[in-house]
Amino acid sequence: MIGTEAQRVEKAAAAKIEVRPRSLSTARRINVVIKTTIAILASIFAIYPVIWIISTALNPSNSLINSTFIPRNASLENFQRLTNDPQHPFLLWIWNSIKVSGITAIIIVALTALAAYSFSRFRYRGRRTGLLTILLIQLFPNTLAIVALFLLLQQIGQIPGMSWLGLNTHGGLILIYTGGALGFNTWLMKGFFDSIPKELDEAARIDGASYFQTFWRVILPLARPILAVMGILTFIGTYADFLIARVMLKGTENYTLMVGLALFIQGRSQGWGVFAAAALVGALPIVVIFLVLQKQLIGGLSAGAVKG
Amino acid sequence: MHPRQSETRSQRSSNDSKQGGARVRPAFSLRDIIQRIAGLGFIDAIALWAILSLVGDGQVAVAIAVGVVTLFINYIFLNDRLYPIRWLTPGLILMLLMVVYPLIFTVYIALTNYSDGHLLTKEQVVTQLRERTYLPQDAVAYKWTAYRNPAGQFRVILQDEQGNRFLVREGGGELEPYAGTSDLPANLDNFQRIERLNALQYLGQLGRIAITDGDNTVRISSLDSAPQTRRVYSFDPSTDRLTDNQTGVVYTPIRGTFTAPDGKTLSPGFSTVVGFENYTRVLTDPNIRTPFFGVFAWTIIFAFMSVMLTFVVGLGLAIVLNDKDLPLRPLFRSLMIIPYTIPFVISTLIWTGLLNPAYGQFNTMLNDLIGFSPPWFSDGTWAKAGILFVNTWLGFPYMMLLCLGALQAIPTDMYEAANIDGASPWTQFRSLTLPLLLVSIAPLLIGSFAFNFNNFGLIELFNRGGPPIAGVATPAGQTDILISYTYRLAFSGGQGADYGLASAISLFIFLIVAGMTAFNFRFTGQLEEVM
Repeated sequence: MIGTEAQRVEKAAAAKIEVRPRSLSTARRINVVIKTTIAILASIFAIYPVIWIISTALNPSNSLINSTFIPRNASLENFQRLTNDPQHPFLLWIWNSIKVSGITAIIIVALTALAAYSFSRFRYRGRRTGLLTILLIQLFPNTLAIVALFLLLQQIGQIPGMSWLGLNTHGGLILIYTGGALGFNTWLMKGFFDSIPKELDEAARIDGASYFQTFWRVILPLARPILAVMGILTFIGTYADFLIARVMLKGTENYTLMVGLALFIQGRSQGWGVFAAAALVGALPIVVIFLVLQKQLIGGLSAGAVKG
Repeated sequence: MHPRQSETRSQRSSNDSKQGGARVRPAFSLRDIIQRIAGLGFIDAIALWAILSLVGDGQVAVAIAVGVVTLFINYIFLNDRLYPIRWLTPGLILMLLMVVYPLIFTVYIALTNYSDGHLLTKEQVVTQLRERTYLPQDAVAYKWTAYRNPAGQFRVILQDEQGNRFLVREGGGELEPYAGTSDLPANLDNFQRIERLNALQYLGQLGRIAITDGDNTVRISSLDSAPQTRRVYSFDPSTDRLTDNQTGVVYTPIRGTFTAPDGKTLSPGFSTVVGFENYTRVLTDPNIRTPFFGVFAWTIIFAFMSVMLTFVVGLGLAIVLNDKDLPLRPLFRSLMIIPYTIPFVISTLIWTGLLNPAYGQFNTMLNDLIGFSPPWFSDGTWAKAGILFVNTWLGFPYMMLLCLGALQAIPTDMYEAANIDGASPWTQFRSLTLPLLLVSIAPLLIGSFAFNFNNFGLIELFNRGGPPIAGVATPAGQTDILISYTYRLAFSGGQGADYGLASAISLFIFLIVAGMTAFNFRFTGQLEEVM
């Protein structure tokens, strides 16, 4: 954004005031020491399970017993076990998760962009009502309709030729996830589109571009940041879903990672070491994405929440 | 903007006049129209085919849904004034099919007795019951001889004990008296007699030929005989009654079950609308009432406590992180948001390992420190405490981030003014920071409450709602919240799935959440601001 000269001067002045004197008063120092202690304790609390899961993953004993913080004879045995356990096809689960979340994210971003373009660039009767309705309908979380969704997929699967959208299929799962495409996302993206000057569209229109060409060549390239943020957030959200995948998927070979993970430690097979290895591999990419893109992602989250 | 556009715009209601935008008046070329009609024709053809096969399968509700959606698509793409709506169409269709339809369907299921033992439609149940047969005491056992033509069709000659013969044509069904020679012929027209040695391979096909013999049905059941059998039940559609032909008992359908006057019922039952029975059951059936109110109370406590704990911890840490003198702020911040970044399924499962009373490392540590290892999974109260503890770990970073944002938005000159007035840090916090913070955070707290109200994953993964509540007939645990209780009613095998009751409780949850959200919007005026 281009600020005026006066604004810039003001900002510089404000920055100068912020520079504090080097030495702190004793009370202030005690205050900082206490806060630092709290911060250290809270950080330990926050990463304690992470450290434990790393050490358990490296501990070849594969059980809860004797798990120490620093494993005595650390090895990558658990990671090797992951790749050749026919009962827990971990690599397949990861692939299923990536496939389902990836396709869902792409579809949702595409549908949201189309809808947001309409809401942002056209003026028509029912537009405000439409925006509001979308939001209100989304208030009904699809977890509450889980019985109906289950029966619906069952019915769809019985239609000849549509069995790939039925129960226990990834197609059906994606169908449910993408049903929520128009929701808060639309508002978020509409807000972003609104901030793109309309003069750009009009210039393109005068040059003879159709609405779709304007959308494709002018708006989308400028909206890349929000498309990426929304895509990543949708991917992460879908990747982490448990309930719907759990209800709709029956066969082990169709499980997503989140549904499959629980199998490592449930029932008779208490394979904590292998579980820990699987959890690390499954969570690491998400944690890294989050920490690297902290600013953008959290901006996206709270923009959706605070501003609407 | 074009002057002409603003002219037309001013004729519009004031609703749309707030923001500028392109007036919709796209010109369409011939190619465009041809493409559109071709596309619509393609979609309509597929839809028509889907509707016909759905109706054929008896799935009328889905067929109607597909029909409505198809009409909707046609309307939008044929009416040029609706051009902007076309951009919304794919998303809207998915929403109609996967959000709106399930919502309506949930309302409907909640009014039915749809459950294990009541899964079929009435027609299906009647057909199934009418297929049951018995051997009447005076049953005739025919001897049979079959004939087969090159096309694979059959004819059968039956002979009763008195030596009377009857001819049966496949597909004809009825018995025709057959006056033939005493020896059966080798051929009937082009049908060739099947010798006994070869008959075995055709027995299965022959057994499926339904031969009507007065009130009875004759079925070729073995190489030697084709006995008369009789239907156990006959159904009279005009009186809607089922009669047992053996005993004469009359069954009437009562709430999805054929019931005799003495209370004897026939299984399977069928699904039917039972009105508000699922709702009244929640209030009157002690097997459901007792766990329901317990579960309801814990749901509210759980959601409220989760919000409070995460908010208090999050706010405290936000204040710590907001201090510019704190060393290594970015590092602390990154470490503290780690719980937020791990998929919650993984972290919840990790915590169940850490809290394992016998071997879990956290419990071992507690045992070393205070000499006590809490039974997180077997004792109801400890299980609740454990869930709240884990949920605090899961949720505080979110609250911390929100509070951090809100704290930084409070103008610093307000604190300067407070300092000048001599307000103590505690007074500043209580009468300046907290009120200003709550203005922006309160809606999110309500949102968080609504989220936790339906936090199925945590409950299910921590302890599957357990430990179980003693002495109730529906599956319910002491840490079950409404949504996980619903899930157990609908999908857990033990007691049989009760989709009707589960849907009724879903709607109850929905009303609560919707009420809270409506309050939320009113309270904050959020919508007006955004529009």
